[in-house]
Amino acid sequence: MEDVLARVKKVIVEELNRKEDEINLESSFMEDFGADSLDVVQLVMGFEDEFDIEIPDDEVESIKTVGAAVDYITKKLGEKSA
Amino acid sequence: MTMEGKVAFVTGASRGIGKEIALALAREGATVACVSSTDGGCDATAVEAGNSAIALKCDVADGGQVDAAVAETITRLGGLDILVNNAGITRDQLLIRMSDDDWDTVIDVNLKGAFHCVKAASKPMMKARWGRIINLSSIVGIGGHAGQANYAASKAGLIGFTKSIAREFGSRGITCNAIAPGFIETDMTAELPQNLREHVHNTAPLGRLGTVQDIASAALFLAGEGSSYITGQVLVVDGGLTL
Repeated sequence: MEDVLARVKKVIVEELNRKEDEINLESSFMEDFGADSLDVVQLVMGFEDEFDIEIPDDEVESIKTVGAAVDYITKKLGEKSA
Repeated sequence: MTMEGKVAFVTGASRGIGKEIALALAREGATVACVSSTDGGCDATAVEAGNSAIALKCDVADGGQVDAAVAETITRLGGLDILVNNAGITRDQLLIRMSDDDWDTVIDVNLKGAFHCVKAASKPMMKARWGRIINLSSIVGIGGHAGQANYAASKAGLIGFTKSIAREFGSRGITCNAIAPGFIETDMTAELPQNLREHVHNTAPLGRLGTVQDIASAALFLAGEGSSYITGQVLVVDGGLTL
């Protein structure tokens, strides 16, 4: 879980040009980080590359915060190793 | 030198308009990845361009090959700032004689090729918050041309594509414009009948066919800092032929 959070933060730092210390589980990509739809797509592609997973378009909707991303990715990784 | 420190990726750079655009960008200080579909097709262009230019073989109709060529450009040249989608082919035929293959091949190279290149090249541009995308359309994409339904459709498609890209990437400091050349002296137009060349001479207000330098000048402008408030436009460079 912590490892996933660290890697999610890394992707956010890279894709959204944010500082690591301003990222917490409650942070909303669009409201707190001012991400637009193109940023969100870049972020999702960043997660896909980092974790070697596929995030379908219709599931992107549910990933609005850092915490939601960590939960979603943790679940995906669980499915993959199962 | 206005392009110093910029990396350009020019498709169809083995000859004609693409070659001249690659050379013009290099003269202004850009490092150019010269791309062509044939083995060694761009070796001469890259040597002539100098300034650390590289030659790459890539069929733009194949997304995998484009991804690899763009990745190689970024690895070897350190980025990708300017994309010139110039690669284009013709399979001229009156519509009732046109095969599916004639249609598909032209659309795949001219239109889908540009899609592949923008998809791959926009990522480094978005990161850099700066980019220039130039698509080579044609006046036949605006006015149509008998015997070129496939080619004209691909060139008209590039105009809609250009405008959409301009909208999608504007917030990232990336501009996207099209150039619509008229009749330019190249290998491609050498195949055109003599009476058409005479028609251009007699009809165009500027009284001549265009040169590859005429198009390269327009490309240089759209690739530079001076065009930073211009996006989604079609710049017609035809000596006034279609006025």
